[in-house]
Amino acid sequence: MNAPRQCCANAEPRWMRWTLLALGLGFLFFFLGLPLLAVFVEALAAGLSAYLAALQDAEARSAIWLTLLVALFVLPFNVLFGVAAAWSITKFEFKGKSLLITLIDLPFAVSPVVAGLVFILIFGAQGYFGPWLAAHDIKVVFAVPGIILATMFITFPFVARELIPLMQAQGKDEEEAAVSLGASGWQMFRRVTLPNIKWGLLYGVILANARAMGEFGAVSVVSGHIRGETNTLPLHVEILYNEYNSVGAFAAASVLALLALFTLVAKTIVEWRMRKETETLDAALPPEKVI
Amino acid sequence: MLPGFRLGLGYTVLYLSLIVLLPLAGLVFKASSLTLPQFWDIATGERAMASLRVTFGASFAAAAINVFFGLIVAWILVRYPFPGKRFIDALVDLPFALPTAVAGITLATLYAGNGWIGRHLEPLGLKVAYTPLGIVVALTFIGLPFVVRTLQPVIEDIEPEIEEAAASLGASRGQTFTRVLLPAIFPALLTGFTLAFSRAIGEYGSVIFIAGNLPLVSEITPLLIISKLEQYDVIGATALAVVMLIISFVMLLSVNGLQWWAANRHRASAGEGQ
Repeated sequence: MNAPRQCCANAEPRWMRWTLLALGLGFLFFFLGLPLLAVFVEALAAGLSAYLAALQDAEARSAIWLTLLVALFVLPFNVLFGVAAAWSITKFEFKGKSLLITLIDLPFAVSPVVAGLVFILIFGAQGYFGPWLAAHDIKVVFAVPGIILATMFITFPFVARELIPLMQAQGKDEEEAAVSLGASGWQMFRRVTLPNIKWGLLYGVILANARAMGEFGAVSVVSGHIRGETNTLPLHVEILYNEYNSVGAFAAASVLALLALFTLVAKTIVEWRMRKETETLDAALPPEKVI
Repeated sequence: MLPGFRLGLGYTVLYLSLIVLLPLAGLVFKASSLTLPQFWDIATGERAMASLRVTFGASFAAAAINVFFGLIVAWILVRYPFPGKRFIDALVDLPFALPTAVAGITLATLYAGNGWIGRHLEPLGLKVAYTPLGIVVALTFIGLPFVVRTLQPVIEDIEPEIEEAAASLGASRGQTFTRVLLPAIFPALLTGFTLAFSRAIGEYGSVIFIAGNLPLVSEITPLLIISKLEQYDVIGATALAVVMLIISFVMLLSVNGLQWWAANRHRASAGEGQ
């Protein structure tokens, strides 16, 4: 579609092209390429064995586990929410829909620090439920439940945000056909809706997962930084860095950087699959149906 | 009629209320224990005002840098062929995917006096790490994908006929850019700026490592909230958080307004064209 145009009218002069390429690629090199490279160089600065030792440290391992646990706990809730929200928003008409969409986006706009603070105000020692929780010996903030709540808040919109435009574009004809042919609600969802949205859903999950595992600000407010207990991997990075343990900090950081690279690869593959699917769909449909 | 409306909407509203709306309402409610003059005193205190100035100033500078370089990056990614383009295109999302703490310690290390970049800047008298300039660097990193990803689809959609028409009517390439292309991408440019700016204002993780965090000089508002919290000044932290929340609301509404404006403009010009 976007074949490079060789002709003169639509192209900048040659010197201009080279300048723009140099500026753009130079900027990306300094702001993205070098930092990415530096993470791994710093992590391996004291050699491979120091790197591996830093990762096998008990606190690093417990941080990795906690990070995985939090993501495993948060994602199902947000997936369920994303599907429910997208379903009711795109397949039905009701009052206040655009307000609801705006409110779903709200956690993207709120500072992570504020997101952490709200849970301190509710569940902290001086918070609304603080005395009650203390009386029943339940810890929410400065404990794992607080980290999970803050991460839920931060990653709240991701899945819904991917699904809403996708399901909007798909319309509701297929589901209506399934129901009129006698499918139950669950059959319709499993056989018609889910296959249609699976790549969009996966895309949302990939993005939400990256954010859930990497969240720092909100988690740092509610975690209390208890080593071996409430330290997620990003918090572990911070502690080691502040102790001038550069190799340890960057070793932990390199795990997160690998996660980021994995996220980018998975995202690119899913984008490619989605584009391919839309193309085959467009080709199969009569032209007036194409959106 | 499709099934699942009441269940879906019910769960959506319940979960939204429990995780997002009630906690935020709790914040506002807590702040309402202050009288308005007390609230005003905290929000306009010397340290708070300085932190807001640093936060806004650095966010604005970073978003402006991103608009300039983001436009160039989006342009070359859409229009110019070069080797490794798909790889670089995917890499643009790195700031979305890389945890902010990792970005923070890496940028601080790169721009420190003995770092790969800082080593060459410091002899020129340019100190970046542990100064407000470092905050701008971190926020530029964080905001880059917002501008590029907003611009890319819009540049892809520009029809070559428009540029050809301008050229055949005698416009130079520069005139075509300022009179034809720039107006077409302007709403996206503004949206990208606003998205990058609003993300930058709330940003914490990538900034604190490189900022130096000197009160009145290089302390951002989110950090001030945390230091108030650590000194058990919960109400002070709450008041500042409400200020940040109001700013977030305004930014969110501006983004929605901008997107609505861009969509309407697009529809209007498409209608004229037919």
